[in-house]
Amino acid sequence: MSSPYSDKVIEYFQNPKNVGEIENPDGIAKEGSPACGDMVQLHLKVDEDTQKIEDIKFRSYGCASNIATGSIITEMAKGRSIDKAKEITWQQAADELGGLPAVKNHCSVLAVDALKEAIRDYEEKHGLVEEQVSTTIEVAKERLKHVMNPIHGLDVLKTNLVEDIEIKDKVITVTVDLAEDHQFASAVKEDIKEKLEPRWDIEEVVVKYRE
Amino acid sequence: MSKDIVYLDNSAVTRIDEKVLDAIKPYYFDDYAVATSEFAYTMGIEAKEALENARNTISDSIGAKSEELIFTSGATESNNLALKGVMYNQDKKGHLIVSDIENFSVLNTAKTLEREGYEVSYISVDEKGKIDFEELKEEIRANTILVSIQHANQEIGTLQDINKIAEYLHEKDILFHTDATHTFQRIPIDVSKTPIDLITVAAHTIHGPRGIGGLYKRKGVKIKKLMDGGFQENNLRAGIENIPGAVGFAKAVELITEEENSRLKELRDYLIDKVEEEVEDVTLNGSREDRIPQNANITFHYVEGESITLHLDMRGFAVSTGSACFSKSLEASHVILGIGGDHERAHGSIRFTFSRYNTKEDVEKIVEAVKDVVNNLREISPLGKKGSE
Repeated sequence: MSSPYSDKVIEYFQNPKNVGEIENPDGIAKEGSPACGDMVQLHLKVDEDTQKIEDIKFRSYGCASNIATGSIITEMAKGRSIDKAKEITWQQAADELGGLPAVKNHCSVLAVDALKEAIRDYEEKHGLVEEQVSTTIEVAKERLKHVMNPIHGLDVLKTNLVEDIEIKDKVITVTVDLAEDHQFASAVKEDIKEKLEPRWDIEEVVVKYRE
Repeated sequence: MSKDIVYLDNSAVTRIDEKVLDAIKPYYFDDYAVATSEFAYTMGIEAKEALENARNTISDSIGAKSEELIFTSGATESNNLALKGVMYNQDKKGHLIVSDIENFSVLNTAKTLEREGYEVSYISVDEKGKIDFEELKEEIRANTILVSIQHANQEIGTLQDINKIAEYLHEKDILFHTDATHTFQRIPIDVSKTPIDLITVAAHTIHGPRGIGGLYKRKGVKIKKLMDGGFQENNLRAGIENIPGAVGFAKAVELITEEENSRLKELRDYLIDKVEEEVEDVTLNGSREDRIPQNANITFHYVEGESITLHLDMRGFAVSTGSACFSKSLEASHVILGIGGDHERAHGSIRFTFSRYNTKEDVEKIVEAVKDVVNNLREISPLGKKGSE
């Protein structure tokens, strides 16, 4: 019986590259959550003149494919301009590792999301985002794409976990199709809050469960 | 290759004992007939005798009468037969109580019954995995027919006080079933002293063959037959009898000794002590004392179980984890969540289960390996670091 993982995944799992943090990073991101069982953290250093990723480090909490994709993404991004790095897809990352078992593709999605988030963080901090967009339903949805539905390993929008989003007087209310006593209820709530609270025009995030 | 493997997943299945295999063989090669009536041919009569002798040995070991044991294909079937057999046998759809942390063969049977219109209550457990006895009392209704609470848990090894539960339910005239898959022959049960009505037992956890189990059913307890077919097993379980399996099951029962059980307990305690001593940030899941002799279940915080098991596998150790990533369904252990653990605790939990073939040296080797693997993974993990989460 052979392993479900490619040799390259195993190799990176055993000897991951670019592990750690960067002192005074230009951009950081933390995607996933311990509740979902996988999490990737990225730190970036960007050369301001060339807009190239000078250095990138990762940390991973998760399974073998999580560690391997976290590692490969740092190698793929290093030396690229931020615009080119944004174009990296989860499929490319998975291919670079010789493929992933289907059930583990979300690990690659997570790693790519972390990279995009770290770049976005850099851009926001360095005034590279054109103007501050106010939080609309569409903007909120874009942010919620980064919240995993632990039941399926896909995001909460794709899996129709989010029933309703309402924005009123700087309060955003997200209604989720989960009972309050569901095993994942509090984890999903925390994740949703984490993604929406940093919005500049939002003062409070309310998560409502199914009645 | 398997010679060098340290196998510590014995609650999943155990290696068969050579003596068991030797006992089985004649019933495949020499006396391979079905069990016939005493008026048929000699081979069949002898096969029938072998089956009844096996039944005797096994029922005897729990203080039961021979006719109170039904042979099944294993624990899953026994649990199905106990729950559905009792519930289907009522005139009106009644009420069933199970615990939150039962094995899936009880839990999913209960869910099926619920979908079919039966009333089902799920009893929660405390942080050690013990059921809340008061909650059980409160859940009892006028139409409560059956309560099914496991003797010990499959993942965290916590023992329930089945004597107390049995006594209480007996007084209330409610049937009591216990799944003893992980305690059979390890923790004594005596049905001549304790009023348990139905007990699930199996051979695969005690170095017996797979595909054979049993359901103890107290005389007078009525159940409905689930599979249509012949009149075997007192017309309660159709299909030709698994005589080699039954013979092997009985042999496996005979081979378990008190000494073996104390030795397993020593291995268990040795592992727990050593891990707690040598690895930081660990949590023992379940109770320290009230647990089966062969089980240790420990969460290694800040790291994820599939990564631990994969690293251990590459070094020649077989263990299991409650992590979602380990399972095909990507669902975290309902047992660890049931004892109030969060997902991180479930994802980082490793179950070590011992058997006859494990040694003190195995424990020393695996603790050394676990320590190294966990430390390496913590180096990579973003959790548990200063200035981080």
